[in-house]
Amino acid sequence: MSPNQKRTPNSRQRIGKRQTDLLASLCNALSVSGDEQEVREIVLREVKPICQSVKVDALGNVLATRIGSGADRVRVMIAAHMDEVGFMLTQDEGDGLYGFSIVGGIDERQLVGKPVIVGREHIPGVIGAKAIHLTTPDERKTALKVEQLRIDLGPGGAGLANVGDRAGFATRYTEIGPSIRAKALDNRLGVVNLIELLRSAPENIDLLAAFTVQEEVGLRGARTAAYHFNPQIGIAVDSTPANDLPAYDEDDENTRYNTRLDHGPAIYLMDGATIADRRLAEWLMTSAEAEGIPYQIRQPNPGGTDAGAIHKTRAGVPSISVSVPQRYCHTAAGLIRKSDWENTLRLLGAALSRLDSKILTPLEA
Amino acid sequence: MTIDLLPHLKQMLSAPGLSGYEDPVREIVRDAWELLSDEISVSRTGSLHALKRGDGPDPCPRVMLSAHMDAIGLMVTGIADGFLRFTQIGGIDPRILPGQMVTVHGRRDLPGMVVMPPAHLLPPEAGSGVAALPYLLIETGLRANEVDKVVRVGDVVSFAQEPVDLAGGALAGHTLDNRVSVAAVTHCLDILSRRKHAWDVWAVASSQEEVGLTGAFTSPVEIRPDFAIAIDVTFARSIGSSDWRSFPLGSGVTLAWGPNIHPALYDEIAATANELDIPFTREPAPGMTGTDAYAIQVVQSGIPCLLIGIPLRYMHTPVETVSLKDVRRAGRLMAEFISALPLDFMQTLEWK
Repeated sequence: MSPNQKRTPNSRQRIGKRQTDLLASLCNALSVSGDEQEVREIVLREVKPICQSVKVDALGNVLATRIGSGADRVRVMIAAHMDEVGFMLTQDEGDGLYGFSIVGGIDERQLVGKPVIVGREHIPGVIGAKAIHLTTPDERKTALKVEQLRIDLGPGGAGLANVGDRAGFATRYTEIGPSIRAKALDNRLGVVNLIELLRSAPENIDLLAAFTVQEEVGLRGARTAAYHFNPQIGIAVDSTPANDLPAYDEDDENTRYNTRLDHGPAIYLMDGATIADRRLAEWLMTSAEAEGIPYQIRQPNPGGTDAGAIHKTRAGVPSISVSVPQRYCHTAAGLIRKSDWENTLRLLGAALSRLDSKILTPLEA
Repeated sequence: MTIDLLPHLKQMLSAPGLSGYEDPVREIVRDAWELLSDEISVSRTGSLHALKRGDGPDPCPRVMLSAHMDAIGLMVTGIADGFLRFTQIGGIDPRILPGQMVTVHGRRDLPGMVVMPPAHLLPPEAGSGVAALPYLLIETGLRANEVDKVVRVGDVVSFAQEPVDLAGGALAGHTLDNRVSVAAVTHCLDILSRRKHAWDVWAVASSQEEVGLTGAFTSPVEIRPDFAIAIDVTFARSIGSSDWRSFPLGSGVTLAWGPNIHPALYDEIAATANELDIPFTREPAPGMTGTDAYAIQVVQSGIPCLLIGIPLRYMHTPVETVSLKDVRRAGRLMAEFISALPLDFMQTLEWK
């Protein structure tokens, strides 16, 4: 493709009220790995009117297809996981107190002193901590383990919930200045982005949209979704940590930030699960530069996305990931910049419009 | 008139009022107490005093009710690349801070959140395990140049978690220590507004309890009560808190017993509770109580004190949990006790 190609309409995509309202309802929903029903219902409502075919597979993935009209269309699978990290109740101790386990990766130090919601009814509860007055200085230097904590539904909470119910942080979606703060931005951002891409999918591709389950517990939904779609190209749209905080020692520079807010979408070259396809990386970066969209390379380091499962499916699928940078992933509340989100959507839209199967011909050495 | 207790309590919880910065909450308490008292004033150290006159001949004997209204919180100590460093006002376990919602009271109020930087940005000893206070930051969601304009070193930061109604008539939130006791005093004044009482009642929403009992040391000098009742929260039984210092939630108030408490006064209020079937537990307080009673007892030539405790789970966290039944019980017990006080009550108290 030529960098001089004229700008595509999709590169002008803006984040408006429709997108923020949808993100808010998705983030406020509870959808812990293995119980993604709340988000699945929202996704089905949104995609049914705009797709030729929509199905829910054996694991609970929503697989939606939007067929283009051009000749020589590229079959592109885009995956966004619907699940979030959270909790499962494991023990009913009576008196409204429940033991619980963590589902996915949450730092135990993030649990204490937080309001939570439990089950489909979003029953309010709290994770308390022993009063400081009753602790010793040594105790206060030892992080509390999940085994030492309980979800407390209040004195009337006995029998309100069941062992096996899922729970999550009760944080509500909020917009603050240039930022958005919410739980589960990983990966409701990907879900909104994929819905938006379905709405405006260009005619030169068949967009095979996989709203996947169980990413946080081992990329499990993406594996079966990729098998079903058998795509030519795989893209995971997700959210990745922005560890761009100042170092404690003011003489130290933070050079290991993974990504930074205000620097645009993060394009992956390598993470713990995937070495991104070089041709796709080139395609994304060239598209961004041609359209004047800022982007950053995610610092190569561990972590993984659905691309880790997709690229090894069947005889292999050239794959890559694009993420919105997010501070404080997998805690009660993450934080993103609206501008990074918008630029991520612009980049994906623009790149898809420019996609042609020739990019899959082997690269010159 | 009747005050609806839960909205009153939630209104107090919505207002900041850190130790030494009690003005916002004091205005809310003043609005409620003005309707229930005859005179209202503010002490030199920021405590609110409300006098509800007794029916006895002037000068009436005086009882003082003291519930501290100040809250624990944070104070900004530095600004780094748009992030705030901070210290604590009052006793805070640093383990409860990561991920807590706060309000930064800068040139305008900013919503913020306490965050724990990744391990590689901290000294090795702070990266794993507990990140101590100096290593934590506050994120405001604003870019650095905007933060620099709005926030200064010394700005106070209050907890911002909205209160949560829990099943069984419980409420969870920050600063229930000790706004629930202020609400109990409101409830007491409300009941007394429909009762005869011989004694003058001085309700005090005291300042700076959390940082050294400043209000409790100073208000009795102005009020000169014959005796005083301090009302504060005590520990409710829950995970990690099950020994003799903890009491069941929702099963009644506690009446402290120990050197800070006048034993004959204790016997009198315990008798009132027993007569009226208001459930209570005797709370052993073998040393200092860590409440306003500890200060009031030794003001001037000494003041006989009682301490009523409202059991509360997870003290000094943003999810402190209390049973509203216990709050009402505390208010009712004080009102019943006070309305039955004879004019010569102090003369009948005997050391035995």
